[in-house]
Amino acid sequence: MTNPENKPRRRFLGRTGAGTALLALAPGVRLVDLVLAKDEDEPASDETRWGLLVDANRCTTGCRACVSACEDEHALAKTGRNRLDPQWIRKVELVDESNDRSLSIPLMCQHCEDPPCVEVCPTGASFKRADGMVLVDKHTCIGCRYCMMACPFNARSFVHEEVTGQKSYSPRGKGTVESCTLCVHRVDNDRTPACVESCAVDGHGALAFGDLNDAESTVSKTARSQPHRELRPDLALNTGVRYRGV
Amino acid sequence: MDKIRFQVLAGTHTGYRLLLWLLIILIGIGLIAAHHMESQGHWVTGMDNRVVWGLPHVFAIFLILSASGALNTASISSVFGGSDYQPLARLSGLLAVTLLTGGLAVLVLDLGRPDRLVVAMTYYNFSSVFAWNVFLYTGFVLVVLIYLWVMMTPQMRGYVRSVGMVALIWRLILTSGTGAIFGFLVARDAYDTAIMAPLFILMSLSLGMAVFWVSTLTLCRWNGYLLSPELSGKLRRLSALFILGVLYLVALHHLTNLYMAHHQGIERFLLVDGGVYPWLFWLGFVLCGGIVPVWWFLDRRFSTPAWTVTAALMVIVGGLCHLYVTIIGGQAYPLRLVSGYRVDSGFYDGEITHYLPSLPELALGIGGVSLALLMIVVAVRILPFLPTVTGSLPGSNQG
Repeated sequence: MTNPENKPRRRFLGRTGAGTALLALAPGVRLVDLVLAKDEDEPASDETRWGLLVDANRCTTGCRACVSACEDEHALAKTGRNRLDPQWIRKVELVDESNDRSLSIPLMCQHCEDPPCVEVCPTGASFKRADGMVLVDKHTCIGCRYCMMACPFNARSFVHEEVTGQKSYSPRGKGTVESCTLCVHRVDNDRTPACVESCAVDGHGALAFGDLNDAESTVSKTARSQPHRELRPDLALNTGVRYRGV
Repeated sequence: MDKIRFQVLAGTHTGYRLLLWLLIILIGIGLIAAHHMESQGHWVTGMDNRVVWGLPHVFAIFLILSASGALNTASISSVFGGSDYQPLARLSGLLAVTLLTGGLAVLVLDLGRPDRLVVAMTYYNFSSVFAWNVFLYTGFVLVVLIYLWVMMTPQMRGYVRSVGMVALIWRLILTSGTGAIFGFLVARDAYDTAIMAPLFILMSLSLGMAVFWVSTLTLCRWNGYLLSPELSGKLRRLSALFILGVLYLVALHHLTNLYMAHHQGIERFLLVDGGVYPWLFWLGFVLCGGIVPVWWFLDRRFSTPAWTVTAALMVIVGGLCHLYVTIIGGQAYPLRLVSGYRVDSGFYDGEITHYLPSLPELALGIGGVSLALLMIVVAVRILPFLPTVTGSLPGSNQG
């Protein structure tokens, strides 16, 4: 028979045991995490080529889920002057010149394999990571805007005034140029870009993100099975962003 | 034979002092404008995310091209054996250095981060023609300074030809590099052509001569030196030839574009229905900056200094119009974002961008021109740049 007087003692022993077990196991679990996690200093690998596949058949006019997600993620506040607003991703309405068919697509930095912005940047502030992401080093950008002249997609914005409320992972600075980072801070932590996540939840699932070099990735499989194109194939930039249904 | 001598600008001309103060004030206003743009950000300018290079770039490129072209007289004198050009060679070198310095000042002060000039001087991406131009511009100043030193030092006279040759080659590469800044912009219909390099060379020759005429005739008048009719005639014909060369290459550029179906839109915009741009092109550049000055430079009835300076000023105005059409008009016309589609967006895709220069931009540009002029008028008071003659130079009408 159980002696009721022993209950607090048993409870105490049980909790102490569980606590001890937790203390013993937690470092182990943490160690496993650490082993599996990427090293912060681990360089991007050219074995990966990050890319986006946009399905124009799913993207709809009026839906701005991707744009809003990008603005929230990177604290891209409106300036009150439309022409000066940062536009890392924007919705563009297309009309086919041959049959007047209308389409709506998101347009952002196309993360070209041969990016004109990188070639013209005098200081090397515009650069391409080994995994295909085209980024701007905010510390060496002098604000000459030559990259904006060179970009075939008007995908870059100039910061025309002081910015506030910046996110630590997405620094911005008056007098420098910026553009879509493909949410590098998320991708490096095995997450997808904010626009892709938002399009899947609040939009119409028109964006697929993944490693174009990985034959098993969804984006590669889709790209293999369905026709897609670059926006300016005549420029032979081999863009990391491809469009289906355009 | 009479000997050419050089001297500093004599006397304290009232006009000189007034000009000095005017230039100092304009430079001050330019610096205030630059500080305003830097502290407030570029929202105070007319530039935006579509027209990213504005009026300051028009002034900067005008000054850089003029700097290269201003060296014409020195090059002819040293390299091509034109001894009758020798009296003007020093002034020619001085103009080259000062104009380039003014242009670079404008370019640097218009940067989004002018405080990072040291970054531009220490981080280089050698695939960028812009980075190469940093070397070409600073190197040009150095080469021309050496050139001036050699010209002004009797013991170094033996090196004048070889240094002059280096300067000549350097400036041809420099203006090609400046043209290539635009020629390498493959996505923009207004540029994207190799002809930009030779076009910029000819523009530099023409604009440089025009600036040279205005500066030289003014300074020599103050100094009591008049060009001989023979030399004046040669330089006038040379100016006309350079203007005709520019007109020819511009015509060739536009006609080539008209043959390409996908370039017809930009041609129609710049030459026919693009608002201010066709007016600036036809009236400002072709008529006022081209046909009329060519006529005046070639017609003996207009050979007086006053007509010559007027013609040169028209070439300068025409050149600024041409650069405005090229640089700003070329950006105002929308990009072809997607082959085979018309585009429209909340970011003004597919639309003409309306650019209106702001006062700070104008002040910065004029400040750069004033800096160049101030350096000239101060330099001629300190060092012997201005020619004078002892006795009578054959054919000269000495004042």
